[in-house]
Amino acid sequence: MTSSLLSVRGLKVVVGGRHILHGVDLDVAPVGVTALLGRNGAGKTTTVRGILGLVPRTGSVIYDGLETNGLTTHRIVQRGIGYVPEDRGIFASLTVAENLRLAERDPDPAYDLVHELFPELRQRARQAAGTLSGGQQQMVAIGRTLLNRSNRLVIADEPTKGLAPRVVTEVAVALERAAQAVPILLVEQNLALVRRLADHCAVLADGRTAHAGPAAELLADADKSRTLLGVGRRADTAPAPVAPAAPATGGDH
Amino acid sequence: MSTVVLLSVTGLGLGALYFLVASGLSLIFGLMDVLNFAHGALLSIGAYATWWAASHSFGYPLALLFGTAVGTLASVALELGLIRPLYRRPREQVLATVGVGLAVPALLSAIWGADARTFPVPASLGGTFTLLGATVPVDRLVLIGAALVVLLALKAFLGRTRHGLVVRAGVEDRAMVTALGIDVRRAFTLVFAIGGAAAALAGGLAGLYFGSVDPTQGSSLLIFGFVVVVMGGLGSVSGAAVACVVVGLVQQFANYYSTAGLGDLSVVVLLAALLLVRPSGLTGRLA
Amino acid sequence: MNVPALLRPLRRWWPALALVVLVLLPYSALSLPGLLDGPIGSPGSLQLLALCLVFGALATGYDLLLGRTGLLSFGHALYFAAGTYATDLLLTQTGLGFWPSAALGLLAGVVLAALLGSVSLRMTGIGFAMVTLAFAQAGSILVERDPGGVTGGEEGLAATGLPGWLVGIQHTANLYWIALAYLVVTLAAVQWAVRSPIGRVWEGIRENERRVEVLGLRPYGFKLVAFVLAGTLAALGGVVYLLLTGGATPQATTSDFTLSLLVMVVLGGSGSRWGPLVGGVLYTWAQHRLASLAGSGTIAGLPSVLRVPLSQPLFLLGVLFVVIVYALPGGVAGLPARLRGRGAQA
Ligand SMILES: Nc1ncnc2c1ncn2[C@@H]1O[C@H](COP(=O)(O)OP(=O)(O)OP(=O)(O)O)[C@@H](O)[C@H]1O
Ligand SMILES: [Mg+2]
Repeated sequence: MTSSLLSVRGLKVVVGGRHILHGVDLDVAPVGVTALLGRNGAGKTTTVRGILGLVPRTGSVIYDGLETNGLTTHRIVQRGIGYVPEDRGIFASLTVAENLRLAERDPDPAYDLVHELFPELRQRARQAAGTLSGGQQQMVAIGRTLLNRSNRLVIADEPTKGLAPRVVTEVAVALERAAQAVPILLVEQNLALVRRLADHCAVLADGRTAHAGPAAELLADADKSRTLLGVGRRADTAPAPVAPAAPATGGDH
Repeated sequence: MSTVVLLSVTGLGLGALYFLVASGLSLIFGLMDVLNFAHGALLSIGAYATWWAASHSFGYPLALLFGTAVGTLASVALELGLIRPLYRRPREQVLATVGVGLAVPALLSAIWGADARTFPVPASLGGTFTLLGATVPVDRLVLIGAALVVLLALKAFLGRTRHGLVVRAGVEDRAMVTALGIDVRRAFTLVFAIGGAAAALAGGLAGLYFGSVDPTQGSSLLIFGFVVVVMGGLGSVSGAAVACVVVGLVQQFANYYSTAGLGDLSVVVLLAALLLVRPSGLTGRLA
Repeated sequence: MNVPALLRPLRRWWPALALVVLVLLPYSALSLPGLLDGPIGSPGSLQLLALCLVFGALATGYDLLLGRTGLLSFGHALYFAAGTYATDLLLTQTGLGFWPSAALGLLAGVVLAALLGSVSLRMTGIGFAMVTLAFAQAGSILVERDPGGVTGGEEGLAATGLPGWLVGIQHTANLYWIALAYLVVTLAAVQWAVRSPIGRVWEGIRENERRVEVLGLRPYGFKLVAFVLAGTLAALGGVVYLLLTGGATPQATTSDFTLSLLVMVVLGGSGSRWGPLVGGVLYTWAQHRLASLAGSGTIAGLPSVLRVPLSQPLFLLGVLFVVIVYALPGGVAGLPARLRGRGAQA
């Protein structure tokens, strides 16, 4: 992983005086799917938001060979990132077509691909996105990232969360298809999906990176995935590195 | 009957002024969470610029254009110079506009005096016409027409242009707009330009309507602008359009059929009643 | 080790010490040229000092909303004006004595704050600000339109039937002491409330209202308590102001009055113990000095670019306010900490 597309080192995030990330290291390979795993509250969403500059952060985030620290979110995204946020980030009062149009950055948006993967979106183009079902909204969110062929990274935060099995499959197919063209950083709790899609993975625990390596290796090791991800039962033996008390000094800057 | 017609047209004319103030306030607030207390100052700047131009034999239409342009520039300068550096600190942004809202009227009265200045109303707009048996001043129609044009233009802008799409999306979720790679701050400047233009236009028209300009006109119109914005639902232009008609009419009718002053009070009572029933305003949009 | 040990009692007792000094001020013949026109104990100086104290207290009460609970109210003038006008109306219309009138005037302020607070607090954030503003505007219009000729309209309403020891230039010291007492009451009430369990909930609401809800508390009731308490203190201030100026003026009902309270609080430092007081005192003093400066010959001789804006105290204060919002976010009260921080960094 010497030439990663996205390389995060020592990412720290403080929200409202609370230290949420204490130092996340993460590499996203230039091809395939990298899964970002961890229990609820481990800091996955915050990591993604930190990468995109949506929360103030310190540490280093190098994307495509360039340090993005200090750049505003739109500048970072303009360098070719598609983002599917955890809450889907749909504009409820806008129509489906308007939601997609807003995301256009390329001169020739790939509507053919989006409509091939999600035919429903074509039929519902004039419907207000707020009246769509959760699954349909997720299709809009993913469709937005596929629209720009110039995207060189897609970040999807739990794209299958709360979806019916049939829709999960549909989303998985779309992600698989997307992964052929563009690397994906996938935050996901559904391990079956991770097994199917991911090549690499990183695991967060209490705001720092607890593990990184090939995805298949981790998933094959039942003990390890149980302690790291708490799969199966409430892991009372979890190693959970205790976070050091926040430094008393108001700022290290 | 003729009284009712006259009151209605006058109420709508006043409502038109409120709409011009409120539409900009509502857009700015919806997109940026900034309650622009300098909006009345922008109105006054427009009023004085129009008055100045009209007194220097510009002709009313040209003077109005000049006043609107000056107000627009002032508004853009306000956003770029004072609001933008305080990005992500909405409370400080509001406070900065409060300071401007205090300083500008004071400056205007320092330069042109605290007393009202007579506005040179052109003969063509100073007359009256007959409508359903009522003698109605022409300027009311000018106000209503201007507000309708602005309403249609705003609707077209919001509904049919990409910038308008960005503004509508930004009103809903600013952060997500930036996460799509869009520089939402350009939309900030844009809504300030639009709001400033509408407020300055209202200033120039208020000179026509009241026949004079004075430094405090802006602040008193601003307060009814706030009422309209809250009633219409924060961030909603259509809501503001409905609310301004209601407020203008209620105010005129109550003022006529009761002791003077009750009209203004009844507007506030109306607001309180509406909030008790629907805290989110007419359009049901939450702040 | 020695000096701090000596200073420690001073640190603890300086408010009491300051109070003693303030109580004794009317007996002082000291002149502070530049700061005050006459000796401290002269009626003119005492009047200005009393006004400074009243506005310091008003700003402190207003900060209960702004700085302690995070409520941006633009209608505080209404409760101040309610105290002033209700008391004044009772005095002039009913012939009740001063004390019953003042008590009823205060009550009017409390009831009004409870009533309008319970409606306005249905909105949050900026919506709340707008609604409070609208209500205050209604009050202002009511006073200016002068229904039934009772409020005196734009002329204001001179108070009648005040006790002899509260009127006349020779009794200014009494008024000064009343203003001082009002300040002490306000400071004590705010301090006590902020330290009480309710005060801690206010702090929570200011930081993050959601989190308070998650804890199973309804912020509405707590906010209403803050609103009514602040309104009560403002109404009390209105009564004191009535004594101090001998009447009620419509200026005290306007939104500009509330905005000036806001400026005082931000100037001094919102959310701090002494900040609003300092801001209120500085603002009031500066406004009077600027006004007398504007009328003096010093300014008349300046070129018009300078003379025109300088003749308007509100212009200067507005600009000063913007500068403070930018350059001094913690207000004057935050200044020592900022200086210390800078010293530590260097
Ligand atoms: N704005 C915020 N204010 C306070 N705490 C926050 C905030 N955002 C996140 N947190 C806290 O930070 C921690 C990490 O949150 P984050 O959303 O990143 O976790 P996650 O790994 O995405 O969890 P999940 O799997 O449930 O989505 C949580 O304990 C959360 O409560
Ligand atoms: Mg998450």
